[in-house]
Amino acid sequence: MSEVQMIKRSPAEFALSQRRAKEGMRSQVAMFSLMIFFTLISFSMVFAHLNDVAGFSKFFIIPTIFLFALVQVGLQLYYFMHMSEKGHGIPQMFMFTGAVLGFLIPLTFVTIVWW
Amino acid sequence: MDLNTKFTPETWPANPERATMEAKNKFVGFWLFLGGETILFATLFATYMALKNKGPSGFGFSTQELYTLPLVFVMTMLLLTSSLTSVYAMYHLKSYNFKKMQLWLGITALLGLAFLMLEVYEFSHYVQEGFVFTNSAFSSSFYTLVGTHGFHVAIGLVWITLLIFRNSKRGLNLYNATKYYTFSLYWHFIDVVWVFIFTVVYLMGVVG
Repeated sequence: MSEVQMIKRSPAEFALSQRRAKEGMRSQVAMFSLMIFFTLISFSMVFAHLNDVAGFSKFFIIPTIFLFALVQVGLQLYYFMHMSEKGHGIPQMFMFTGAVLGFLIPLTFVTIVWW
Repeated sequence: MDLNTKFTPETWPANPERATMEAKNKFVGFWLFLGGETILFATLFATYMALKNKGPSGFGFSTQELYTLPLVFVMTMLLLTSSLTSVYAMYHLKSYNFKKMQLWLGITALLGLAFLMLEVYEFSHYVQEGFVFTNSAFSSSFYTLVGTHGFHVAIGLVWITLLIFRNSKRGLNLYNATKYYTFSLYWHFIDVVWVFIFTVVYLMGVVG
């Protein structure tokens, strides 16, 4: 604790930091609406497939909804969990390691296990 | 400076969750934990994907017939929204607004509780149909994967309830800022896992 110093911001600095925080929150809400959008698209594509709408074959929608899931997870990690901000080099290393293994382990199991 | 020193919005540091050495260590340590959790869930996903629809001859369950999408859709919306409410809580943590942070975390907990209750309903529905844990390789891998996620939600609920009540009179300081922050990371991570569960298990399961 000894390294923490209590520094009082000037009114101008405080106003600036509050404005930055509000702008940041606005972009978070924008990212949230993107996530909801991707979720809705994924569910409606599967719904279209179940109702035999032409053009929604499973070979098209399975890769597409998986891609949407990857994008959504990226938004969640980089915006909601602040991985895009400064000082997140080590968290990125941990998560990238997790992501590489998280790709390889399911790939191995799906290709090597038979019944 | 004492850990319980009171701050004001003007003196509150820009990154309170990483302001002290202890906080920095917790921050890095928690991300290491999340990296490990990624691999834990990767192995469960791998097992599920390898064993889905597999079981002893004559067992009568398949992903297409079992899953009900409307329920999964509601659960997804609940958990996604609870992720946003915890972002709001962290916004108030950074601006030193303790009451609003507690309020948003309370909403997060309620949404998480609603999610968990729907999952319990879903599982009990499957059990009534005869789809129990020991039914097949498919059922074991399904319950282990989705159940481990649900267990994480339950742990998160206990965690946030304890945090909210334990600190209710203390207010916000550099001692508990990291505790709240790591909870929000954990909660987002639960949502990350759920995104893969609803896509890989439910949506892809129904498509076949």
